[in-house]
Amino acid sequence: MGVKPLSGFDLALAGLLVLALGLCSWRLRLGLERRLAISALRTTVQLLLIGQVLRVLFAHASFPFVFGISMVMLLVAGREVMARQHRRIKGFSGWLLGTGSMFVSSFAVAFFALAVVIANDPWYTPQYAIPLLGMLLGNTMNGISLSMDRLTEAFWQQRQIIEQRLVLGQTSMEAIEELRQQAMRSGMIPIINSMAVVGLVSLPGMMTGQILGGSTPMDAVKYQILIMFLICAGTGFGVMTAITLTCRKLFDERQRLRLDVLKKQK
Amino acid sequence: MNTLTVEALTFRDRGPYFLRIAGGKCLGLMGASGAGKSLLLRAIADLDPHGGRLLLDDMACDQVPAPVWRRQVALLPAESGWWHDRVDEHFRNFGALESDKLARLGFATDVGGWQVSRLSTGEKQRLAVLRMLENTPRTLLLDEPTASLDAANVTAVEKMLLDYGRTTPAAMLWVSHDPDQLARVADDIQVMNADGSLTGGEVE
Repeated sequence: MGVKPLSGFDLALAGLLVLALGLCSWRLRLGLERRLAISALRTTVQLLLIGQVLRVLFAHASFPFVFGISMVMLLVAGREVMARQHRRIKGFSGWLLGTGSMFVSSFAVAFFALAVVIANDPWYTPQYAIPLLGMLLGNTMNGISLSMDRLTEAFWQQRQIIEQRLVLGQTSMEAIEELRQQAMRSGMIPIINSMAVVGLVSLPGMMTGQILGGSTPMDAVKYQILIMFLICAGTGFGVMTAITLTCRKLFDERQRLRLDVLKKQK
Repeated sequence: MNTLTVEALTFRDRGPYFLRIAGGKCLGLMGASGAGKSLLLRAIADLDPHGGRLLLDDMACDQVPAPVWRRQVALLPAESGWWHDRVDEHFRNFGALESDKLARLGFATDVGGWQVSRLSTGEKQRLAVLRMLENTPRTLLLDEPTASLDAANVTAVEKMLLDYGRTTPAAMLWVSHDPDQLARVADDIQVMNADGSLTGGEVE
């Protein structure tokens, strides 16, 4: 059984719902109409574009092509991590921190899943590699940006306490132990929570798509379990890496709190 | 013994500063708000980047790990920081504090179990003194240590700090806005001008 194709008219009907929401937002003066319109437009354009890219990619499954696409995904995710932070680390090193952590965790986990668990021939078969990496990057990006934002904000608000602990002779890592733990938790809790309710409250998009595409429910469910484990590990390790590196960056070699490496945005 | 030497200390656009305070002596530091007295103390505690040399006897600041330096060259900030719920959690070993010391600052031993959120500013300031002395520092950098205390407690804290400084002996750098206080506690007084320069003598 194949998917029943959707026409442009079908999508326009669904778009009417978003339009109706925009009207309500205007009446209630929520001020969200513009952002709603832009986001809806971006959804349409970006997905149509990626559809074209994937069509070409699936036809020519070469490793450099797959790798190139994944690099573009990584760079965009890295930019997004930066943009979502209220106070971010200045300069190239700030970008490298978030992007590097995402790269290490997402790509390592994706490679493990593709080469060892799924073991297609070739392992980078784009029909598997690109969606898998996309889901991993998306979730890791959320976790890392949330936890880094929490961390830098907590440092900023509690700088007096951190320095009080330093003058009492604590090491920089002792002085921020609780802040580091809270930041790591805040990045990991969303995925842990969603593992706890998946299937009961939420039916994941990928599984829904697979079932719509004709897979048997049990096949779809097994893939979903795999994905949940991968996302959980990818997000967790990514958050731990990013927070550990950020904590180091906020102190200098004499264990002085250096909030001057932060830059406030917006 | 326990002489603090500040040689050509520079930070931000300030300095160079030259200070020498012998153990058991107290140098008083006065000056208008915003002149940079607290910044000077922060630089000596190695909390801010700085140039020049800091020595405690022959131990150079940059030759020991920062936590070691800060335990020996203790800074008492104008506003103390508290991060746990209970008072005793902020001490290395609250149980080992002599009740006599607590009593001198007006506390009973049950203060360890108090909630930090219940403390007044003055109580925090007095407890911060005890917490700092628990590290047995060899130098005290005091940033208005009695600013929010009533007269009786000012006397008690002054006496405790001076006793500690004289018996250890520890070098003391005491920032205050109150000339009468500095006349009581300091062996010598320096004034920090608006541009950050110091006028006054050395304490030997």
